[in-house]
Amino acid sequence: MTPGLIYALTGVALFALGLAGVILLAQALRRILAFNLMGSGAFLVLVGLAQRDGGVDPAPHAMVLTGIVVAVASTALALALARRLAAGGHGDD
Amino acid sequence: MNAPARLAVVGFALALAGVLAAAVLDLPAAAVDLRAAVAKKLSASGVEHPVTAVLLNFRGYDTLLEVAVLLLALLGMLAVAKPEAAAPAPPAADPMLRTLSSVAVPLMILAAGYLLWAGAHRPGGAFQAGAVLAAAAVLLHLAGRLPAWASPSRVLRLGLAGGFLVFLSVAAILLAQGALLRYPPEHAGTLILLIEAGLTLSLGLILAGLFLVLARRPAPPRAGGGEEGKS
Amino acid sequence: MTEAILDPLPWLIVLPLAWASLAFLLGEGRGGRLAIAGLAAQLALALLLAVQIMAQGARVHTVGGWGAPLGIDLLADGLAAAMLLLTQAVALPLAVYARAYFSAVHQTHFWPLAGFLLAALNALFLSADLFNLYVTLELLSLAAVGLVALGGKTAQAAAALRYLLVSLTASGAYLMGVALIYGVYGSVSLATLAPLVGGDPPLAVWLAAGLMLVGLLAKTALLPFHFWLPPAHGGAAAPVSALLSALVVKASFYMVLRLSLGVFSPLAEMAAWSLGLLGAAAILWGSWRALRAIRIKMLVAWSTVAQLGYLFLIFPLLTADGPALQAGVMQAVAHGLAKAAMFAAAGVLMLSTGRDNLEGLAGVANRAPVTLFAFSLAGITLMGLPPSGGFLAKWLLIEAALAQGHWPWVVVIISGGLLAAAYVFKVLCQAFLLAPRSAHFNRVPRAMEWTAFLLAAASALLGLRGVELLELLAVG
Repeated sequence: MTPGLIYALTGVALFALGLAGVILLAQALRRILAFNLMGSGAFLVLVGLAQRDGGVDPAPHAMVLTGIVVAVASTALALALARRLAAGGHGDD
Repeated sequence: MNAPARLAVVGFALALAGVLAAAVLDLPAAAVDLRAAVAKKLSASGVEHPVTAVLLNFRGYDTLLEVAVLLLALLGMLAVAKPEAAAPAPPAADPMLRTLSSVAVPLMILAAGYLLWAGAHRPGGAFQAGAVLAAAAVLLHLAGRLPAWASPSRVLRLGLAGGFLVFLSVAAILLAQGALLRYPPEHAGTLILLIEAGLTLSLGLILAGLFLVLARRPAPPRAGGGEEGKS
Repeated sequence: MTEAILDPLPWLIVLPLAWASLAFLLGEGRGGRLAIAGLAAQLALALLLAVQIMAQGARVHTVGGWGAPLGIDLLADGLAAAMLLLTQAVALPLAVYARAYFSAVHQTHFWPLAGFLLAALNALFLSADLFNLYVTLELLSLAAVGLVALGGKTAQAAAALRYLLVSLTASGAYLMGVALIYGVYGSVSLATLAPLVGGDPPLAVWLAAGLMLVGLLAKTALLPFHFWLPPAHGGAAAPVSALLSALVVKASFYMVLRLSLGVFSPLAEMAAWSLGLLGAAAILWGSWRALRAIRIKMLVAWSTVAQLGYLFLIFPLLTADGPALQAGVMQAVAHGLAKAAMFAAAGVLMLSTGRDNLEGLAGVANRAPVTLFAFSLAGITLMGLPPSGGFLAKWLLIEAALAQGHWPWVVVIISGGLLAAAYVFKVLCQAFLLAPRSAHFNRVPRAMEWTAFLLAAASALLGLRGVELLELLAVG
C-alpha cells in the first residue's frame, strides 16, 4: 500500500464524514466545517491518486491549490451569511 | 430530523465510504500521463517548477477564474452586510500583541516577497505570498492597528481588483495576438512574474478583506425594539 | 479550423469579467451603463459565433496554445452556441430592466455580481475540461448566492445560506467525481476522456458519474433536491430571480446533458428512467404548489420547479439525434425567456401595487396592461400553446415519446400544460378584478414594462423561428 493510496483512503473517509455532517448537523457553523471536511477529502483523493505509482504528477497539485482557494472563498461567504443570520432580525424593513 | 432518518444517513455515508474505498483500491493504471507532457514543455513555460508552470501557464485559465472567485466572494460578503452596520473601532490593544506585530509583520512582508520570487524555482508563488500578507493584516487587526472594513474606499478597491485586472489585461492582450493566455516563450517568465506580483498584492488584500469584513461588530440593537443580536 | 480575426469564444468570457471588475471599481451601485454596453457587445459576439459555427462546424479554442490534455480547451458546438445565445439574449433586456428597477429600489454591488454571474455562465457553456467546469460552477454559485442575499434582509440571507450549503455540497460531490476520473484516466479533458470511457469502465468511473450527476441534479433543483429554490428565487429582487430561474439552473442541466452525451454516454442508460420519473414528479408537484401559492413570486418560483421537470423527461427518450435532445434545448431556451419575462412582470406588478401577494393584484389590469400582457405571453410558453417555443418543445417531446411507445410521458406532459394554464389564469383573473377603492398604484418606469414584454414576446414567437435554432443545434 503506497503512501498515495493511504492519502486517498483517508480522503474517502473524510469526504463521507463531511457529507454526513452537512446533512445531519443543525448549526450553520458546523455545517460549514463539515463542508470543508468534504472538500479536504476530495483534495486528498486527488493528491493521493496522483502519487500512487511513484513520482509526483504536478497537474493535480495545481488543481488542489485552485480548489483550496475556491473552498476558502466559499467558506468566507458562508460565514458572512451565517453571521448575518445570527445577528438577527432587527433593522429589517 | 428523527432518529431513523439520521441512522439512514449515517448508514448511507458508511456505505459510500466503503464503495469509494473499494473503487480507489482497484484502480487500473492511468491511460494518460501528464507528467511526461509537463516535463517536455517545462522549458517553454517560463518557470522552472512544474506546479507553478501548470498553475500559471498550462492551466492559467483556471487560475484566472479562481482569482475571480476570490474577488467575487469578497463582493458577496460586502453585499450581504446589513445596510446600517457601522465601521467599528479596532479591538483594544494587548501590549504583547502590539510588540509581536511590530516584530513579525515586517518579517512577514519580507517572507511574502521571497515566496513570490521563489515560486519560479520551488514551491511558492502568488497564492502563498498573498496568504502570508493576509496573515500579517490579520495580526495587525488583532493588535489593534488595523480597523475592520466597512465599505472599501476607491484606493482599496483598486488594490483589490488590481491584480485581477492586470491578469485579465495580459490575457486580453495575448488574446488579441493569438490565443488566450498564450505567452510568447521568450517573455513568458517576465509576464508570469508581473502577473504574480499583481496577484500577490491583490490576493493579500482580498484574503485580508475576507477576514476584516467578517470582523465587523454588528450594529447595536436600536433602543426599544428588535431582538438581541448574537455576534 | 480557419483562423478568424476575432475569435468570439474567449472574448465572451473576458468581456464580462472586465466589465464586472470595472463596475466594482466604479463604486457601490454604479456600473449599469457599462453592463449594458458590455452585454450588447456580448450579444453581438454570440450571434457571430452562431453564424460562424453554422458555416464552419464546431470551433475549438486552445487556451494558452497548449491543447488538451495539458492545457484547457474551449469548445463551441451547436448546443453551447444555443445556450450562449439564450444567456446574452435574456441578460441584455434584464440589464435594462434592472437599471430601471434599481433606480426605484436601492442596491449596492448588483452590477459586479451580475457581471461575474454572466462571465461564469459563458465560461461554463464553453468549457471542455472537467476541472475547469468545477471552477466555473463555483463562480456561478457564489455569484448567484451573493445576488440572492443582496439587500441584507434576514429572510433572504437564510434562503441564500441554504442555497449556498446545498450548492457547496453538490460541488463537493462533483469534485470528488473529478478526482476519481483523474485517478482512473489521468486527464480531465472531455475530448481526451470520451474515447477512453468504454462499455465496461471500472467501479470508480461509475461512482464518479453518480456523484457528479447527483451534485448537478441538486444544483438544478430536481425533486427531491428542489427545496432550496422557492425561497431563494421567490424572495430575491425581481431582476435577480429572473436571472436565476432563467439561466443559472439551466447551467447545471446543460452539464448533465453534456456529460450524458459525451464522456458518460455508455453509462447514461442506468439513470435515464430515474431522471424521467423525477422529472414527471417535479412537473406535477411543482405545478400543484404553484397553484396554491399566495405570493406572486413564490408562484413563479414553484413554476420554475415544475418546468425544470420537463428538461429531465428527455433522458429516457434520448437517442443520438432524435427529437428528445431538440426538445430539451428548445424547452430550456423557451423557458429561459418566458421565466425571465414572468419574473420581470412580477417585479413590475409588485412595484405597482406595493404588495407581493396575489390578492393585491386586483385592478392592476388597467394600470399596467403591457405588463399583464407580457405575463400572459410568458404563460403561453409555459402552457405550451402555439406558436410559442414551449409548444415546439412539448410537441417534439410528445413526438419522441410516441415514437418509442412511451405514452405515459405524454399524459404527464399534457397534464403539466393544463396545470400551468391553471396557475397562469389564477394570476390573470385576480388582475382583472375591480380594484377596491382604497387601492393605490405606483408609477412604474416604462423601461421595465417594455423589457418584460420584449422577453415574453420572444418566448411566445420562438416557435416561428424554431427551425433555425434546431439547425444550430445539429452542429457538432
